[in-house]
Order: sequence, then structure tokens, then C-alpha cells
Amino acid sequence: MSESTTGTLRVKRGMAEQLKGGVIMDVVNAEQAKIAEDAGAVAVMALERVPADIRAEGGISRMSDPDMIGEIINSVTIPVMAKARIGHFVEAQVLESLGVDYIDESEVLSIADYANHIDKWQFTVPFVCGATNLGEALRRINEGAAMIRSKGEAGTGDVSNAVTHMRSIGGAIRRLTTMNKDELYAAAKDLQAPYDLVAEVAENGKLPVVLFTAGGIATPADAAMMMQLGAEGVFVGSGIFKSGNPAERAAAIVQATVHYDDPNVIAKVSRGLGEAMVGINVEESPVPLRFAERGN
Amino acid sequence: MTAPTIGVLALQGDVREHAAVLNECGATVRAIRKAEELTALDGLVIPGGESTTISKLASDLGLLEPLVQAVSNGLPVYGSCAGMVLVAREVLDGVPGQATIGCIDISVRRNAFGRQVASFEQDLDIACIGQPMFHGIFIRAPWVESIGDKVQVLASIPDNSAVGRIVAVRQDRNLATAFHPELTDDRRIHSLFVDIVKGQA
Repeated sequence: MSESTTGTLRVKRGMAEQLKGGVIMDVVNAEQAKIAEDAGAVAVMALERVPADIRAEGGISRMSDPDMIGEIINSVTIPVMAKARIGHFVEAQVLESLGVDYIDESEVLSIADYANHIDKWQFTVPFVCGATNLGEALRRINEGAAMIRSKGEAGTGDVSNAVTHMRSIGGAIRRLTTMNKDELYAAAKDLQAPYDLVAEVAENGKLPVVLFTAGGIATPADAAMMMQLGAEGVFVGSGIFKSGNPAERAAAIVQATVHYDDPNVIAKVSRGLGEAMVGINVEESPVPLRFAERGN
Repeated sequence: MTAPTIGVLALQGDVREHAAVLNECGATVRAIRKAEELTALDGLVIPGGESTTISKLASDLGLLEPLVQAVSNGLPVYGSCAGMVLVAREVLDGVPGQATIGCIDISVRRNAFGRQVASFEQDLDIACIGQPMFHGIFIRAPWVESIGDKVQVLASIPDNSAVGRIVAVRQDRNLATAFHPELTDDRRIHSLFVDIVKGQA
């Protein structure tokens, strides 16, 4: 190839490789975006309301106002991501035209299409999608997702669902690596995922794209635990800007993500952070407000 | 020297990919996250990642000064993408006060080719590694805006809108590329660095 080409699988998946070991933070305005950048975030997620407020206020949640996304893009030098509703390919087209660096087709927003996700191969901009288990992750990759995050339960400050989803994905990958070739056909059927992707995961012992975690991470110890469970990086939503001291908590979560296997560092950065977000127990949250069950 | 020990700065970014390639090139690889781990290295790779994050973490974790010291004592360094920003003398379009190791006399512009939708792949002619062309993967990549007298240009963009922009350089035993050889199967850039470390290039 002598000409330059954009939007290839390698530049889409490769972009996510560059985010590994990092923290991506939800922000609702330029001021928060600056705080996130100064704290060492590898990217920011621009959205109108953090998941905790979406949960509290209800109503339909949509793609953010282009003016707000534009302000955030102009205020920081790190990558800017933004959310589109599941299946809402025109919101995705708009986000691509605004120049966002990654689109999150996200269950945190209301669903636009109950049957279909976005055909992500049609875009130059890469997509990240949520998953609660391996089959869901592989279906999203088959649709063109270049990065996966465990869904968790956003806006709760309750890490338990993120743990369940990460263990589910990791456990299923480990089981695939022990199977004979003939068993992989049945595994693909059970996972409701394409055989070729299942065989690729079985051979490599990992997803073909980067796997982050999300949904309910509120403390440095939460972030470090998810990294020890196999996440390659962390999305933090409401956990930072719904806490008592966002700048310090953001920097502490960044450092805990780097030194996730060093309890001395995690202990040190956990001191003096003030109030964590109050949080909601997922089990006490009414079923219609459980975001992770949206889209499979 | 048979198997040189090469560290990969492991604060953030595509550390594992660099480590895998260096292994294939015959190096013993160490992940570096603390100052004390910098001792007993023959070379250091700074991976791709987010340069502001790596720079801030290096400062906050007390790693920046030891890095500058080790490099000024002769430790060879190779930086790719964010790593190129970290080794540059000057950063354009950075965040205020963005610290670098500064061991290559270049001025580097961050995200120079544009945002992610402008990230691209392109074949490059790199004389010192010969034919075939090297397949460059550029992701929100920087370019080299200007170079000092001692800097040798290894590659430039041949033919798109950024024609002529410098994307690979060498100064003494230090190397930098704006692209990501660790995301391809071509080992020649890492082999070159391992040869530099061994004193054979």
C-alpha cells in the first residue's frame, strides 16, 4: 500500500491499545474535562449528565449537545469520547462529524433500537461497547466494536456488577482455552457468537480487542481490584465528580490503576480523599433502572 | 553482549506489545514502574500511550529525574508515538508544563495529523533498514517539526497532505518514531534498537 488509509481495523483497535493501563473519566463540561486531564486521565467521556443523575432524574437520555461536546474537544488535548444510544446510527454519524475520537454505544443512554446495534463497520471513528458476558462481547466485536468494556451498573457506586461481568468474561475465555477444536462449535452456539471469533479467543486466551471495565467504580481500591481481575483499563463515571474532592480522587484512581498490584501504593493514594459518592445498592435498584440489562 | 536487558516504561500504554517484540528480538525484558528498577538496564523503550498521562505519572511517582539521569549517563532510549513526545527536547500543542526527558534534539507537535478519524496507515521508505517498505501505523500521531544538528532523519511522510513531515529520527544511541512498529509483525525497528543497545548499529 503506497497511499495512506484511514479507519482501518488496526488504527481503530490500535487506538484502544494506546489507552491501556489508563483511566477514562466521565465529564459534563470543559471545567471537569480540564480537571480530568490534569489528573492524568487518558481520555474523557463527554456526556450531558453523569449516570447517577440520569438514574435520579429519569426521562430519555440522548447523545449530548454538540456545543457541549465541541467545548470539551477544544478544552483538552487528550482524546474525547462521547456516547450514542444503542442502535442510533445517526447520533453516531453526528458524533463522528464533530470529531470525537471514540464513540461509546452505551446502555447508560436510552435504547433507540431494541433489535439492532449500530453497524459499526460503516464508520471511520472507532466504537467501544459494553458487555456483561463473553457472548455479548463477541457479538459487539462482530458488529465492528474496536474496544469492549464490562458494563457493570453505571451511576450506582456499587462495584458488584462490574465484578460479576469481568469474572464472567474472564472465566468464559479461560474455559475456551481448554477446549478441543470440536468442542468450540458447540461453545460458539452456546455463546451465540460467530465461530471464527470464538476460535480466535480460544487460541489467544484473550479478546481480539482491548477490554476495559466500567460501571460502579468509585474508589482507588475498586479500580485496582478490576485491574487484578483482568481489566486493561478503567472507565470512571459518576465516581469522580459525585465525590467530595474530584481532583484528588481522580489522580488517586489514576495512580491506583498503574500500581494495581501494589497495596502500599493503593493505601497511600486512598488517604485523605474525603467523601466517596454515596451510592446505590444495585439489588435495591428497581429493575427498569438497571442499565446493564439494556441491549444484549 | 548476548541478551541485553531492555526495560519498557510501564506507566501506561501498549507496554505488552513492545515487550513481546523485544523478546522476539532476543532481549530480556523488564517492566519499569519505579526508579529503582532503572538500574542494570542496557536500554529503555517508552511505549505508545497518552503522553500527558505518562509524563504526569513519571513526575508524580518520582521517576522523571531518575529517567533524565539514566539517559544522560548513556542509557539508550527508543520512544514510539507518545514515547517520541517523551524523548523530545520541546513539545508543541502539549499541556502547560508538560515535562519530557529531552534526550533527542527535536521539536515535536502532538496530535499533528489530527484527531482519531485522521489516524492512518502508510508505507515508509526507511533507508537504514532497507527494503521492503516499512508499514507505518499512525494513531493520533505526532510529527517532528524541527531538528537539531546532531539529529539524523530516518523517515518522512512520502505523499499525503503531510508530505515531507519527519516521522522517525535517531540521535546517537537514541531512536524515536511517530508510528507504532509494535502493532505490526515487522520487527526491523526493534531489531535496530536492540543492535544499537548491543553497540552493533
